[in-house]
Amino acid sequence: MTLAPARTSILPDRITTPTLRSFLRSVPSVDEVGANERVAALSTRSIKRESKRAALDLITQMIDLTTLEGKDTPGKVAQMSAKAIRPDPLDPSVPSVAAVCVYPNMVKYAVAATEGSSVKVASVATYFPSGLVETDLKVEEVSRVVRLGADEVDMVIDRGAFLGGEYFKVFDEIRRVKDACGDAHLKVILETGELVTLDNVRQASLLAMAAGADFIKTSTGKVQPAATLPVTLVMLEAIRDFMDATGVMVGMKPAGGIRTAKDAIRYLVVLNETLGEAWMTPDWFRFGASTLLNDVLMQIRWLQTGRYSSPDYFTKD
Amino acid sequence: MAIEIATPATPTLKWEYASSRESADIATIEDRYGLFIDGKFVSPKSNKYFPTINPATEEPLAEVAEAGEADVDDAVAAARRAYTDVWEPMEGAERAKYVFRIARMIQERSRELAVLETLDGGKPIKEARDVDLPLVAGHFFYYAGWADKLEYAFPGVRPRPLGVAGQVIPWNFPLLMLAWKVAPALAAGNTVVLKPAETTPLTALIVAQIAAEAGLPPGVLNVVTGAGGTGAAVVGHPDVDKVAFTGSTAVGKLIATQLAGSHKKLTLELGGKAAHVIFEDAPLDQAIEGVINGIFFNQGHVCCAGSRLLVQENIHDRFVDKLKRRLSTLRVGDPMDKNTDVGAINSRAQLDKITELVDSGLDEGAEMFQPDCVLPERGFFFKPTLFTNVAQSHRIAQEEIFGPVLSILSFRTPEEAVEKANNTPYGLSAGVWTSKGSRILWMADRLKAGVVWANTYNKFDPTSPFGGYKESGFGREGGRHGLLAYMEWDET
Repeated sequence: MTLAPARTSILPDRITTPTLRSFLRSVPSVDEVGANERVAALSTRSIKRESKRAALDLITQMIDLTTLEGKDTPGKVAQMSAKAIRPDPLDPSVPSVAAVCVYPNMVKYAVAATEGSSVKVASVATYFPSGLVETDLKVEEVSRVVRLGADEVDMVIDRGAFLGGEYFKVFDEIRRVKDACGDAHLKVILETGELVTLDNVRQASLLAMAAGADFIKTSTGKVQPAATLPVTLVMLEAIRDFMDATGVMVGMKPAGGIRTAKDAIRYLVVLNETLGEAWMTPDWFRFGASTLLNDVLMQIRWLQTGRYSSPDYFTKD
Repeated sequence: MAIEIATPATPTLKWEYASSRESADIATIEDRYGLFIDGKFVSPKSNKYFPTINPATEEPLAEVAEAGEADVDDAVAAARRAYTDVWEPMEGAERAKYVFRIARMIQERSRELAVLETLDGGKPIKEARDVDLPLVAGHFFYYAGWADKLEYAFPGVRPRPLGVAGQVIPWNFPLLMLAWKVAPALAAGNTVVLKPAETTPLTALIVAQIAAEAGLPPGVLNVVTGAGGTGAAVVGHPDVDKVAFTGSTAVGKLIATQLAGSHKKLTLELGGKAAHVIFEDAPLDQAIEGVINGIFFNQGHVCCAGSRLLVQENIHDRFVDKLKRRLSTLRVGDPMDKNTDVGAINSRAQLDKITELVDSGLDEGAEMFQPDCVLPERGFFFKPTLFTNVAQSHRIAQEEIFGPVLSILSFRTPEEAVEKANNTPYGLSAGVWTSKGSRILWMADRLKAGVVWANTYNKFDPTSPFGGYKESGFGREGGRHGLLAYMEWDET
């Protein structure tokens, strides 16, 4: 397979581990203190009234409603999918979420349950969450979930290879998975909790985008810390640099640990003031979350009525 | 180069933040304020008052007394009596209790003080709330802690206070400059006659109320409001032992001349034209934030503002592009809105001065960039401004603009960066951005500036001394060094 010319434009002519290493060393470094300060400053934005309602609606539409548990069953997936299509049965003005996100063995149930709706099916793949198998097996699994009808594939990079400096291995694997995706969208999970430094996060972001990621995603949700604001800021800055260099737009998905509407609004502020309006759509930004939705619904109800409803008024699926 | 065209199926959200104004009612403003002399508010013998206005609306807030020579005379006499009879003889541990009490009361009333600082001065409420007030309380707490430990601050000598301190402060950080001067002076055992700036007198008058409520002995702190004439009377008063001034280099030079040959001790904190140096290996996105904070914090009304940006030539264009994009996201406008990043220019006079210097930049051939933002119709506002193609010989590279205007120059080698950075009569502060630790130390050794920030900018702390080289003044404020300005000693 070959890469689209726009993506090769920032890469060396011959892609090998040494040439990828020099490419990554040219990525600007990140000062962690400065990144933390920036998100702290943005977190003081005061979002009220109509701007809050607009944010809550958008956050709802950006959610990949997720269940990734060993105890997942067809019944659980069907119920969660119903919620994804119609989050608040009492209020039809609340829009559907973006997607449901499930394990490969649940894809067919999710496809059936969301049929006819705007809700997409995302499948984690590549032997999520550890991804510790040969590339061939990962590619095979990706092909299978796409055949089953997944619209989106969430893969996890080989963190050990990245930290060990085997950049070609990481790059090539993403490239092969992207190829196997066909028309399905590829979200590349960096598992930033295991990359640890913001310099690593920025370099891995660039590597994933150059290799063909449609979205870059922070975490599997199985490693702590999962999504954080500084990590998200650095990934958004990498997306901006990539857009400047290639003209290719890449999406962003923070996942794991975002549980309240207040938190989600902070992510939206960081997005709005880093990448701006063009990314303020579910086509380019997603939240990977399981419990966030009900808090958002509760806040919407509060804005409408001026009162907090009991959690019993919101469905638990 | 092939471009993948994004065709979103779902519309994007143009997200406007709804106005989120802090309530002005939090601060009670009286119609008219007298002078605070000998522990109480008194009418001025001058019988003169002047209005203080809100620079964001141009509406009057209150009338404030204009102290004449007779009033200043009363204030100095009260300070002298308090010094001789009460404050100097008092045990350090006792003095500390008063200063701690003032610190706590400032902290308790910090929301009210922040609102008043914003109304009277034009700075964004989020800065008054998150930067000014915590630092103000922090300085009082810090120096309160020194009051009973002065002989440990300077081991081997027996320190003593100077006497009556006459302090004249500027309008850019009205409360913080008060704290920088009043807290160490009181802790060291001096008494104070303070002259706040003409355009921002209100918060100093609230601190006077707080001092009275805290039971500070009458005369220990006196506040005389007024304009330049009042300041000159304080500085020139024969019974003042120490003069501390923060303001323009021009006025600082006049004061230094006036005081030459007198017994008075003097510290000056004057202007600046700080170089902010960006090397190619800098963490670029954080450096952008540092540059933005360096020049647009408090509308650029900061003596240590990073107003001359020196960018390594091989990253110049890329860095300037990033900077322009970031400039366009700054929210300029109503200082009382909690989401405002850049507030109002402090006065009509300052707005005129900024406009005049920006016009000179255009005349001299520099290239200007301003974001496409809408300024409020009333009040004093100026768009955040960048100049590229600036030469060292341009006025905008030499003179202190004291506004939201950044001049950008380039350099090729570290030696050239140092040479250009130091090529100014000022020497207050500088900033260096690089990932190389050794280069930070190399630069800090060579930059002639009182403060050098590395990979950050505009960071202040009560424990850290601040002050200038060359025409940026002499003496230090903050830290143990800050005590030196208010003490002398006998060898033991």
